Amino acid sequence: MAENPIQNIHEYLAEFDDIPGTLVYTAARARKGYWINQFAMSMMKPENRERFKKDERAYLDEWDISEEGKQALLRRDYNALLKLGGNVYYLSKLFSADGIPFAEACSTMTDMTWPEYRQMMLDGGRKPEGNRSIRENLAAAAAAKGSN
Amino acid sequence: MAKITAGVGSSHVPLLGVAVDQGKEKDDYFGPIFRGYDWTREWEKAEKPDVVVLVYNDHASYFDMNIVPTFAIGCGERFGICDEGWGPRPVPEVEGHPDLAWHIAQSLILDDFDMTIFNKLDVDHGLTVPLSMMFGQPEKWPCKVIPFAVNVVTYPVPSGNRCWAIGEAIKKAVESFPEDLNVQIWGTGGMSHQLQGPRAGLLNREWDNKFLDMLESDNDDVRHIPHIEYLRETGSEGIEMVMWLIMRGAMGKKVKTLHRHYHIPCSNTAIGHIVLEPA
Repeated sequence: MAENPIQNIHEYLAEFDDIPGTLVYTAARARKGYWINQFAMSMMKPENRERFKKDERAYLDEWDISEEGKQALLRRDYNALLKLGGNVYYLSKLFSADGIPFAEACSTMTDMTWPEYRQMMLDGGRKPEGNRSIRENLAAAAAAKGSN
Repeated sequence: MAKITAGVGSSHVPLLGVAVDQGKEKDDYFGPIFRGYDWTREWEKAEKPDVVVLVYNDHASYFDMNIVPTFAIGCGERFGICDEGWGPRPVPEVEGHPDLAWHIAQSLILDDFDMTIFNKLDVDHGLTVPLSMMFGQPEKWPCKVIPFAVNVVTYPVPSGNRCWAIGEAIKKAVESFPEDLNVQIWGTGGMSHQLQGPRAGLLNREWDNKFLDMLESDNDDVRHIPHIEYLRETGSEGIEMVMWLIMRGAMGKKVKTLHRHYHIPCSNTAIGHIVLEPA
């Protein structure tokens, strides 16, 4: 391990794009998702939750969120919300408002059902093998194809 | 003189707080986790720390996107309990130690660490779950607490190297406080977990245990693990483990391990904890 490697911010950020199935909450995403996240924070107040539940669309229209963002919130499409700059700790206020467990909300971002996801966790979780690097996965797939 | 006598690393999964609050510590799911903390609870009863410097992160509970301090210290007399969306946890208010907290803040700033100071601060599960794990359900927490909040949510978060260095500076600051105080430092969060995206649910027993081994070591290689390694190996939220390095940095070069425990899973997360003392 190199001691105190000189970090160029562009190289530092570029590495994050190589992680499979993961959107790191970078400054760029934080800027893009600012109002989605601030909306989610507003769910911490009971009076806001009540108004939201009564008419979700009307409540969302009070926020400076894009139409795409509002639709993703209405659908509870958390992968779409991550792409729009949502962060899971913020979005979790919406999980709570909906009364669903954090882990169940996580399962909706995967290709598993909630019972399947829960079982995977009981069995020791998702393995790191094959989940570390998109580049490595592509190289391994190409090598496997070549050897056939 | 004040002295840092021990360091604790511990996960702070919110579900553990729910288990304590609902009396489920002995059931089949939570039993193996809580039994791992039995030793530590007994040890804390004997150690009776006066103050704990509790390194944690806020999970968008008190902090929102308006202010993102990299390192912040709570200098108030007391700290309220956050309502994280289902009402505040039924735990006692947290009593601060403003004299020592301000002393640490001033010393760190003189030592080139640009601290953010909080006077009013409510604390979330990141801080209260470790208190419950170590002290159970007392009517009043048995020690004073200095909340030390780290940004591990918005990137770039501080490097492991910087965390270690601020731990060293905390040790130096505590040791120059004139009052005789038994001070512990706790680093919390982790271990491996990912709460977002198609890769959610990633856990890495092997890497987590390698990290615990590195904490026990006399060398400081662990401070140079880059963020990308935490992200690849331990999931997007495993990065919380940089907060354990603040604790380790405050222990000095050599440590003695008093207790170590690891369990998978708790909800989405690998649970680990370690108790160290300066050797």
